Parts: sequence; C-alpha cells; structure tokens
Amino acid sequence: MLNDTRIARLEHVSKRYGNVTALDGIDLDIHRGELLALLGPNGAGKSTSISLLLGLLRADAGSVTLFGKDPQDIDARRRIGVMLQSANLPATLKVREHLKLTASYYPEPRPVEECAALAGITDLLGRRYGNLSGGQQRRVQFAMAMAGRPDILFLDEPTVGMDLSARQSLWSAIRQLVAGGCAVVLTTHYLEEAEALADRVCVIAKGRVVSEGSVDALRAHVALRRIRCVTSVDVETVAAWPEVATVERQQDRLLIATAQAEAVVRRLLQADVALSELEVQRAGLAEAFTEITRETEAVKEAA
Amino acid sequence: MTTIDSVATPAMTTGRLLNAYVQEAKSECLRYLRNPGFLLPTLLFPSVFYLMFGIVLGHANSADAPRYLLASYGTFGVMAPGLFGFGVSLALERDTGLLTLKRALPMPPGAYLLGKMCMALLVAAIVSVILMCLAVFVAGVSLPPSRIVAFFAVEVLGVLPFSALGLLVGTLVKGQAAPGVVNLIYLPMAFLSGLWFPLSIMPSFLQSIGPVWPSYHLDQLALSAVGLGQGNELVHVAVLLGFTVAFVLIAARRLRRHG
Repeated sequence: MLNDTRIARLEHVSKRYGNVTALDGIDLDIHRGELLALLGPNGAGKSTSISLLLGLLRADAGSVTLFGKDPQDIDARRRIGVMLQSANLPATLKVREHLKLTASYYPEPRPVEECAALAGITDLLGRRYGNLSGGQQRRVQFAMAMAGRPDILFLDEPTVGMDLSARQSLWSAIRQLVAGGCAVVLTTHYLEEAEALADRVCVIAKGRVVSEGSVDALRAHVALRRIRCVTSVDVETVAAWPEVATVERQQDRLLIATAQAEAVVRRLLQADVALSELEVQRAGLAEAFTEITRETEAVKEAA
Repeated sequence: MTTIDSVATPAMTTGRLLNAYVQEAKSECLRYLRNPGFLLPTLLFPSVFYLMFGIVLGHANSADAPRYLLASYGTFGVMAPGLFGFGVSLALERDTGLLTLKRALPMPPGAYLLGKMCMALLVAAIVSVILMCLAVFVAGVSLPPSRIVAFFAVEVLGVLPFSALGLLVGTLVKGQAAPGVVNLIYLPMAFLSGLWFPLSIMPSFLQSIGPVWPSYHLDQLALSAVGLGQGNELVHVAVLLGFTVAFVLIAARRLRRHG
C-alpha cells in the first residue's frame, strides 16, 4: 500500500437520475501528480463523475473516495481546488476579495498575489468581477481554484470562452501546477486541449470508461490513417482493394481510410500516374474519440 | 499508514476556521452594500413611507402617530433584508451555480447562511437607525435612551424570523421567480399585519387573522418598545421564535435533500 498513488477513486459506481442511468458501474482512479483528461459526449457521465468526487452527489452504488475519505468530509475537500463550468460569482466583489474569501477556506493557502500572477490576472485584482470579460472571469475562477495549494484540481471545461492566447497561457499555468506535483482532472470538449496537456485520457460513454490510456495509446487504438488525393481512379476500384477500410469521393478528391497506408499509396500511384495533391494523415484524437464511441455503440447494439 | 495519509495537509486551526466565517460574512455584507438594486429599495421604502405618512401627514392624526408609525415602518423595513437578502439571493444562487461551487469548496458548514444572516442584521440595523433618526430629529419624537435601545434591539433581532422565512422561500423557489414570490408574501403580510394602516380601522375579519402573521407579532413588540404596546411581550417573542425554528427546520430538510 505504500506505493499507492491513487488520491481519488470511483469504484464500481452507479448513479441514476430517475430512469436515466448516468453512471453504470464506472471505475476511475486518479493518481498523484498526473493530468487526467476526461473526454466523452454530452451526457456520458463526465459531470456526474466530477460531482461525485466533489461530494456534491451521493453514489447509488459503489464507493467514491478522495484521499481515502468520503468527499463529503470537509478534510478531504481541503486538499482540492475547483473550477466549475458555470458559476456566477457575486458581481460586486473585487477580484482580490474573491481570492481572499476562497483562500480563507484552506489551512495553508497560496498568497493572493501568487495566485494572481500564476493565472495572469495581477492587473485585475482591484476590478469588480462583474466588469470583467468572460475570458477574464474564467481566469479569476482558475486563480480561485488554486488558492488553497490543492493536491488535486478539478477543472470543468476551463477554457470555454477564452481566445487562443488566453487559452495557451492557462495551459502553461496548468503545466506549471502539474510540475509542482498537483494532480489535475480536466474535462474538455477541445480535443487539442487534452492532446496538449494530458498524461492520460479517459473516454467515458454511456456511464462507463470505454478507453483509458496515454494520448498516443488512444490514437494508436485507431490504427487507421487518412489518405486524400485528386485522382481519376474511381471509387469502386479502390473499394475492391483488400487494404482499404472505407472510401468516398468528395468533389474531385478521394478520401480513403486504411490501416496500411503505404500499400494503398503504392497501388494508387501505379493506377494513376497523374495523381496529385496526395496527403496522408494519422488519425487525430478527434477521430480516435469518434471511433471509440462508435465501437461502444456497436457493441451495445450487438449485445 | 499509507502514503495518502502521510502527506495529509495540516489541520485547519481554530483561528483560520474563525477567519473563514469572518471572511464569508464580510464578503456577503460588502457585496450587498455595493448593490444599489438591493440596498436602495430596502432603505428608501420604509424611510420615504415613514416621512410621508408618519411625519408629513402624521401630525394631522394624533400626537402619538409618529411614534406609532415608527414601530410599524420599522417592522416593515426590517422584513425586507430578511426576505430579499435570504430568499431572493438564495433562490438565485441555487440557480446560477454559486451555491454548488461553495458546496464543492471546503467552506466551513453554515458559513454561507451565517454570512447572509450577518448581512441581514447589518442592513436591519441601518434601516432602524435611519428611521430612528427621522423620528427623533424630524418628527420630534422624544424617547428615553432605554426605549431607543429596546426599539433597536427588537428591530435588529426581528430580522431573524424573516430571514428564516426567506430561507424557506429560497429553498422552494428557484431563480428569477423568487422576487415575485417574495413580494407576494412581503406586501400582503405587511398590509394584513397593520403595518401600513392600523388594524383597528380594518374589517373585523382582517383584524382577527392579524396574529397569524409573524410581522404582526414583531410589530407588537416594536410598539411595546416605543411605549405603545398592549403587553404580552413574552407571547410575541415565543411566537416569533416558534416561526423561526419551524421555517429553519423545514428549509434545512429541503436543502439537505435537494441542495
């Protein structure tokens, strides 16, 4: 047990809302210092998982622990930081006052100036929260999330409403925290966010973890690569080649999905010397994600 | 034991815990004192009513009118911070995610409600001081210091039953519907308790149901404080206590179940 690095766990957890099953016996471990991204379609159970770990909900079955304790135990929550997806904070309080209040909940908080510097909001400390732009408000919420020197940080869609440069500076702040030993659980719709940050990715669908691993492993899960080119070879011919998974024509281009890109390219070049604009792409996280979700549905339907 | 416990965070000291409650109360007070949409009606309605009916028109009635109406408008005035400060804000904050965030954060238990209570007490104190100043300096009401202190104590503590009622409404109604619902309770209750016109000039049926409303009992206590009471103070205190406890218990049950 001495090497147990799991600081937050869902074990066989189920949660229903009336007739809707939000979580269906999910297992999820979060280890010290890692950055875990939770991905999945809307309604997959990401938010419910987070709510359980924050002690906002109680599981119908299974066990939820945070630092080995019930998340509803305030001692466990004194080691967490939270940034929720939608929280309207009091508009008439100044940014400094928000940070001071949040810091007061923790035994050894980070100084207000340090939080502000990390989140890049030092110039906003004296401003009223209600007068800030949406992106600025998100950065203030991020500063509040780290006010307690948390060992684990829950970030629910942290960069919604931010422009690209704000998003990248938040990413670098998150990396800095992780480098300092803080674990982060991130839910996001932006796949490039998970690709940029995550050590580990969990795909949740229909209340279960359907895939778990590094971003690379997840991508490798979908071995397919995409070939695009302008060619006179017709769809039927290509579809008959054994290496080809799918093929379709989009205007003058052929779009081919295959596990053996090299073999298909060789055949294409033999069949059409005039072939042009050849592109070969590895599937991104987006394709991997779509693929996995579709596989899960197929399995469910087959069952 | 395991590594999980060996790196446990330092415990919250009593001083830090106390500081958390103080910060919560301070933030809550600051936040409402800076909100003119809440503060102006809360302070202006009772003062303007009192100025109009208690002072400008009051002298046409009896010599006791400014003193009598000080008690009524004082009671009317302290109902608002309780009902709106608790009811409307809680209903909105349940809707907008602030309460969810506070529940996820390690905010000490009850700090949220205690903070709102401090805010309601503070605003009730401001309302009472304004009305008392109008009574003494504008209407020329003369009261011995003991009665001034008694009036102040009754009105400031009198915000508590209405905070409890506001808390209950805030747990029953969600979001934008709350201001309407609170007004539907606030205004008829003030009227039916004789805060705008004395109950004695109302139909006998309305007179007989006066004691149903908590504001009736607070008004009776305020009248006693300014020397126009009809006795039975302990009964009124007991009834108000009963209302407060009942509202809080029902609200707490609902909050625990629905969050």
